[in-house]
Amino acid sequence: MAGQMDALGQFRLLPGLGPLGRAIDFTNSNEAMLASAAIIVILFALGLRSRALVPGRLQALVELLYEFVRAMCVDTIGEEGLRFFPLVFTIFSFILLGNLIGLFPYFFAFTSHIAVTLTLALFVFLFTTGVGFYTHGVRYLKFFVPPGVPGWLLPLLVPIEIISYFARPVSLSVRLFANMTAGHVMWEVFAGFMLLLTAGFGIFGAIASIIPLGLNVALVALELLVAVLQAYVFAILTCLYLHDAVHMH
Amino acid sequence: MNDGRDDFEQRLAKAREAAQGGARGTATSAHRSAGAAQSAINLAMRLGVELVAAMVIAVTIGWGLDRLLHTRPWMMVVMVPVGMAAGLRNVVRAAGPK
Repeated sequence: MAGQMDALGQFRLLPGLGPLGRAIDFTNSNEAMLASAAIIVILFALGLRSRALVPGRLQALVELLYEFVRAMCVDTIGEEGLRFFPLVFTIFSFILLGNLIGLFPYFFAFTSHIAVTLTLALFVFLFTTGVGFYTHGVRYLKFFVPPGVPGWLLPLLVPIEIISYFARPVSLSVRLFANMTAGHVMWEVFAGFMLLLTAGFGIFGAIASIIPLGLNVALVALELLVAVLQAYVFAILTCLYLHDAVHMH
Repeated sequence: MNDGRDDFEQRLAKAREAAQGGARGTATSAHRSAGAAQSAINLAMRLGVELVAAMVIAVTIGWGLDRLLHTRPWMMVVMVPVGMAAGLRNVVRAAGPK
């Protein structure tokens, strides 16, 4: 085992919740999802218990989250964006908590699996397409016809527009998945360097392994930024797509 | 009682004004540079993924059509330039003025 690094082992799915979990294929990824959903619900239940006019710390945190997403909805989609506020807020808080608890040791970062992020992205994609057809009917197909283009160019431009539309869920899911996976792999690799140095060069290696340790400390800060930023990006792109669906440009 | 309420509203309005002015005055420059660096990394990540995603979709569609119509490799040959164009279109849309 010494000298071998298994940087991707941290993403392995293992049965969770003991024998019951093994029977129904409940994995550590599902455990982390349940945990993040539970943390959100408990946080809001505790934070809104007092309903004070002047909020305490916990209530201020909850209100900050709420108003941040609300402002994002209204600014991006417009006043009618409030209809979609529950969806955007759920997606944002779920991904945010998933990214954040994934940063802790012994916790599983479920957003580092393409299966999870692609499911979320496909849901957003199908939902926004549904909203577009619900709001505009068949006229939503005009979304693929760029305005002010001579007719002979349309056979070329419509496929381009259609492909760029279908690229949305791919870019949405790959972005989140790649960011989370890359960060966790880098952590593991630098931590592995420390073990290799100590095993190979004894006391000098142990002293030299301060360098990868320092890098890892810096990476914690970066990963914290990435975790919040990627949740934000996912939510704001959901808002942008909803804006396109509601307003058609 | 009523007076107290009015007084509170006035003080609140004043405090909000001060907070806004303060935020504009002092915090902007540091805030903006940090925000700019952050959004530059963010934008770079986004553009790269955007370019590749359109290609992936186009190649997948081309490959599927080839399998369906037994025209290998012509649909994929047609779809690759279209995918490149769609990727560039997405990049321009993401980076360009709104």
